[in-house]
Amino acid sequence: MRTALAVILLALSAPVLADSLMPAAKYANEQLPDRTQEARAKALMETIRCLVCQGQSIADSDAEMAGDMRALIRTRIEAGEKPEAIRRWLIERYGDWVSYKPPFDGLTWPLYALPVLFLAFGLWIVSGRLKRRRKG
Amino acid sequence: MKKLLIWLPLGLFVLFLIVFAGGLIQPESKTIPSKMVGKPMPAFALAPALPNKPGVGSAVLANGQPHLVNVFASWCLPCITEAPQLDQLAQAGVPILGIAVRDRPEDLLRFLQRNGDPYRAIGSDGNSNVQIALGSSGLPETFIVDGKGIIRKQHIGAINPEDVPGIMSALGEAK
Repeated sequence: MRTALAVILLALSAPVLADSLMPAAKYANEQLPDRTQEARAKALMETIRCLVCQGQSIADSDAEMAGDMRALIRTRIEAGEKPEAIRRWLIERYGDWVSYKPPFDGLTWPLYALPVLFLAFGLWIVSGRLKRRRKG
Repeated sequence: MKKLLIWLPLGLFVLFLIVFAGGLIQPESKTIPSKMVGKPMPAFALAPALPNKPGVGSAVLANGQPHLVNVFASWCLPCITEAPQLDQLAQAGVPILGIAVRDRPEDLLRFLQRNGDPYRAIGSDGNSNVQIALGSSGLPETFIVDGKGIIRKQHIGAINPEDVPGIMSALGEAK
């Protein structure tokens, strides 16, 4: 009986949210009046990773911090800053991890080169087989 | 040899599957250390979070004395657990500057009355802009800033009693 009561009370209790009582920042959930600017901001927000809900972009996340990051990006785009400059600014703080667009550098080049190499290797094997078959 | 080689693609595929399943079963969630460690504090000036306490600006950090910059909030539960340790550090003479993220003065006042007030100054970071500029990804986080205003160390999460000696020695090195 006691356990049942405890379970019922637990189910009824409000979960403790790690959220503030402050309203969302302006531009967290509000689009920029200028459409091309909004499109630019949206494209950037979709490739910036949320630091709270890791695995979601800040465009998808409901976390408060993601909202503040969206507001930061929209405010800066409105002020005329380039999206790639904002991405660089964020990477300077959180590392490449924060961006869903991996850079092309000494560590990541295989990511881009390997598919091409694999394709070339596959074509080489197929062409070898076809030649052999023609001979036979 | 050739017979063995035939199994290689399948073996690679199974290996890939194991890695993939591992990622699904135990999704990676890691703490993100700030890349600002070793760099000067970003320039900012935050308005006072409370009427009877000064706000926090990056300019005061380069006064020759090491500081602790504590990113916290009244709505952050682990911030309560580190309060006694911050009090202990403040009593040892460490200047602690608070950055209150998304906080209201009345909540903040209640939080300080209940948990103690180790802060020399508290700035109000209403839209997390300074938190983001610091490369901080959660609350609480504490930055050790040296006398030249350069960030020397970042402590992610609550400061537990066993962390205090390490922070004291890092402060000593940061002169």
